[in-house]
Amino acid sequence: MEQQREAGTLGMWIFLVTEIMFFGGMFLAYALYRTTFPAAFASGSNHLDIYLGAVNTGVLILSSFTMAMAVYFTQVGNRRPQIFCLALTLLLGLTFLGIKAVEYHQKYEDHLIPGHLIPGNPFDPEVQEEGRPLDHHKLHLLTGATVAQVEMFYWIYFAMTGMHALHMIIGAGLLTFLLIYSLKGRFDPEYHSPVEVIGLYWHFVDIVWIFLFPLLYLLGRHYH
Amino acid sequence: MSEHIVPVKVYVTIFLVLVVGTLLTVWAAFVDFPWRLNTIVALTIATVKATFVVLYFMHVRYSARLIWVIMAAALFWMAILFALTFSDYQTRKWDRDRTSGFVILY
Repeated sequence: MEQQREAGTLGMWIFLVTEIMFFGGMFLAYALYRTTFPAAFASGSNHLDIYLGAVNTGVLILSSFTMAMAVYFTQVGNRRPQIFCLALTLLLGLTFLGIKAVEYHQKYEDHLIPGHLIPGNPFDPEVQEEGRPLDHHKLHLLTGATVAQVEMFYWIYFAMTGMHALHMIIGAGLLTFLLIYSLKGRFDPEYHSPVEVIGLYWHFVDIVWIFLFPLLYLLGRHYH
Repeated sequence: MSEHIVPVKVYVTIFLVLVVGTLLTVWAAFVDFPWRLNTIVALTIATVKATFVVLYFMHVRYSARLIWVIMAAALFWMAILFALTFSDYQTRKWDRDRTSGFVILY
């Protein structure tokens, strides 16, 4: 039993390594384009909602904590708090996705969805002009940045946060499965590999966001 | 090796460290650090947070040596990816643009 549990954990770690490679490629693309168009990346980043981003970081960290507690309560065989923690983790995951949807909608309204991803709503933000009253729906271009370069930032923003959100959706599905099975009383201190393994996956998705938040939301805030 | 149960106190401490790290990184983003250190500061805070998650939430600190080897392999691969790509991109303009401080002799 012990060997089976360790083999399962090992398998999840191997999978997470492939995930690091997958996200690693996107982080590389981000780094290359950011060093090529620094002013445009700062301009695009400044248009993101830092408060929603920060709140979402908090939500995800809290969900990682409740997931860790769910593993703990399964290990010690305390079923009620185990179910409670799993449900709370799922709820926090859905909260994250909800806030993400609000953010995407704001970008949609400001015509910041890159290319022609949304038919009839191409990338076409209004640019803030010098001396005009400040409008937060308009794009503030820093010196040296062009709209086309900012579009590149938004391609990368949507690719990275979109892939991250997809991982969250898959994670929410896995948590639903865990919740149903724990309600049936399938997990105990002797057998709980699924809880532990899905926990590893959930923490990994949290770590990706820990890097995405400063790199996407915070990079241009000290430019004036 | 029998399973190690991490005490609740450790989980709560790590959670608080992560919250403080998040507040710190938002604060640091609005500060003008000298020598464009903002990115370095942000990445350092993120790496510290990720390390705590990996070691405690993901139990790597109490895990078998094999898990450590797998983690090291993944990070080593990332280092190769970034080092080789940037050694290419950063050197492409050397023959045209002398401001980089290097002179290419043919």
